[in-house]
Amino acid sequence: MTTEYEQMWKGLGLDLAAHDELLQVLGKGYQDIFLSQSDRPKGMDYFNFVMSEVHGLRVKELLDGKREGHKVVGSFCVFVPEEIVRAADATMVGLCTGAEFATEEVEKVLPRNTCALIKSAFGFKLGKVCPYIESADMIVGENTCDGKKKSYEVLDTLVPNLYVMDLPQKKSNEGRALLRAEYQKFKKAVEELTGVTIDAPRLKKGIEIVNNKRKAIQRLSELRKADPAPISGLDALLINQVFFYDDPIRFTDSVNKICDELEERVREGKGVFPKGRPRMLVSGCPMAVPNWKLPWIIETSGAVIVGEESCVGERGTRNQTDVSGSTLDELMEAIVDRYFKIDCAIFTPNPDRLEHIRQMSRDYRADGVIHYGLQFCQPYQIESLPVERSLEKSGIPTLRVDTDYSMEDVEQIKTRVEAFLERIGIPACSVCRCS
Amino acid sequence: MAVCGIDVGSRTIKAVLLDAETKRILEFRKIETTYTPVDQCLKILDGLSAKQTVATGYGRKLLQDRMGSESVTEILAHALGAGHLFPECRSVLDIGGQDTKAISLDSLGRVAKFEMNDRCAAGTGKFLEFMATTFQVPIEKFGDFALEGQPGLSINSMCTVFAESEATSLMARGHKPQDIALALHQSVVKRSLSMLRRVSVNGPLVFSGGVALNRCVRELIERETKSRLLVAPQPDMLGALGAALYAAQ
Repeated sequence: MTTEYEQMWKGLGLDLAAHDELLQVLGKGYQDIFLSQSDRPKGMDYFNFVMSEVHGLRVKELLDGKREGHKVVGSFCVFVPEEIVRAADATMVGLCTGAEFATEEVEKVLPRNTCALIKSAFGFKLGKVCPYIESADMIVGENTCDGKKKSYEVLDTLVPNLYVMDLPQKKSNEGRALLRAEYQKFKKAVEELTGVTIDAPRLKKGIEIVNNKRKAIQRLSELRKADPAPISGLDALLINQVFFYDDPIRFTDSVNKICDELEERVREGKGVFPKGRPRMLVSGCPMAVPNWKLPWIIETSGAVIVGEESCVGERGTRNQTDVSGSTLDELMEAIVDRYFKIDCAIFTPNPDRLEHIRQMSRDYRADGVIHYGLQFCQPYQIESLPVERSLEKSGIPTLRVDTDYSMEDVEQIKTRVEAFLERIGIPACSVCRCS
Repeated sequence: MAVCGIDVGSRTIKAVLLDAETKRILEFRKIETTYTPVDQCLKILDGLSAKQTVATGYGRKLLQDRMGSESVTEILAHALGAGHLFPECRSVLDIGGQDTKAISLDSLGRVAKFEMNDRCAAGTGKFLEFMATTFQVPIEKFGDFALEGQPGLSINSMCTVFAESEATSLMARGHKPQDIALALHQSVVKRSLSMLRRVSVNGPLVFSGGVALNRCVRELIERETKSRLLVAPQPDMLGALGAALYAAQ
């Protein structure tokens, strides 16, 4: 299959030898972590296929689309409104940021103590192994954390088509006005890129496509509330990850299809793990493909993940854009309203996120919260301490795990996760000295 | 009826044979881990007759794969072991060969909260062992050696490599090795106590793990916390004891 796409990858300027190596590691990781699970829903076959073709068929589709005039917009963040991109018949894709690559090259242009996600994005670019970034007609950076903001200055010297969007840091009227102005500017930039003038019907259609995609994910999340959980957290995370790559309409259909199957499972009381297995909510930094380390550790240590309070998860998909407006202005306002609710840790203060974690842990009947922080991700790491304190105070056991994409700390994390599960799982009388 | 707990640590393997009914310790054994931990486990278990064996420590999975024995984490094991020997304890500090764990217990002796170092072995037994070698003092005597030192110096780095360069520069400036050794011990204590404070310690503290054999670390912790430490006669046994207690349940 590789040879079939070699010409395409070469055309994109990829380093074929390095890229082969990456695909091999990815394939093996996928085999070990995903395909080895038991009782997976049949509907996962589609996502297996997507993953096996993630640098193949999907990229070919994008390139075919480009020949028909559909521009490709690459993004690193859920603050980039896909509705606007879709309205101009362009395709939005998430860019590769989930694995260590070409670290030595990266450390020539970025400090070592930069978070793994940013380093990864640079590694894929410098190592010439990401067909998405090479296919993109426009790469959108966004001023979220300082790490990203400053590294976009460096990325700008490496790519010809970086567009940087400013973002507010406070949920104030002024903050909202800034976001509104940035989205107007972004709309204009997309129009210039595509040559399409975005009018109300086009934007409405864009909103509907993205809303449907999110609605399907919300349906999936709803089904994970059941005990036993009908799908593993790993598989659900994978679907949330594919959200950023796949053709949105086909993705929506495929998610709905797997949901039909999961509904059946829930009706029959069938699950991927036995009923009563400890239920974990994962909260914190986003996990992009192929960052599966922590969920894999959690689910092979005797728990099931029932939700992700994450940009690759519910933080990114929970709110819908109101599509009832009829004018362009109304629809643009609705988009601003929707995205301004995202409770990213770059906002100060950010009380909504804590509330959302509480609500999710209630709704998904979680026995505990595992807070995932990427090393050197200041916003989430700093927020994790008060979040932990506050959750523990209200009786929600919380474990903080700070890590990166390397595998050297797997055993230590495993010990901590297992000890956390022991802490949660032990009935009061088995350890007390009353016996 | 006897049960067995085995703690497969990074430096040593410990085994405790326990009477399941009376919870009396029948036997305690200790052996170096070496590079062939499975063989060493089999060696230490040789001749111990137990109806059930539970493993803990970083190598707990080795035995699970090999003998199908159940395993618990070091955190639970130390909590159980400490609670058994010292029912009044409310927190445990365990410093082993490559890990430091701080655990707080609830009123029933259950793990309420814990912290553990991540991949870096800074401030653990390995760190002290490495430094003792630098000073050409046997690890067993390193604590006493440090207690001969005068306070006043400080080592700020916790990274073994950086701390060694700090110690080397202090030596180059003519400071007494005992004074530098004391500073190294203080840095270990400082780091461990900050971990302990994160799990909010209240009430009596048990100090366990191989580093609890070090008199200097013990005295410095007592001085810092202004309270008396609870230390078992063989503090490196607590993990294995906890695993045995778990097996007895």
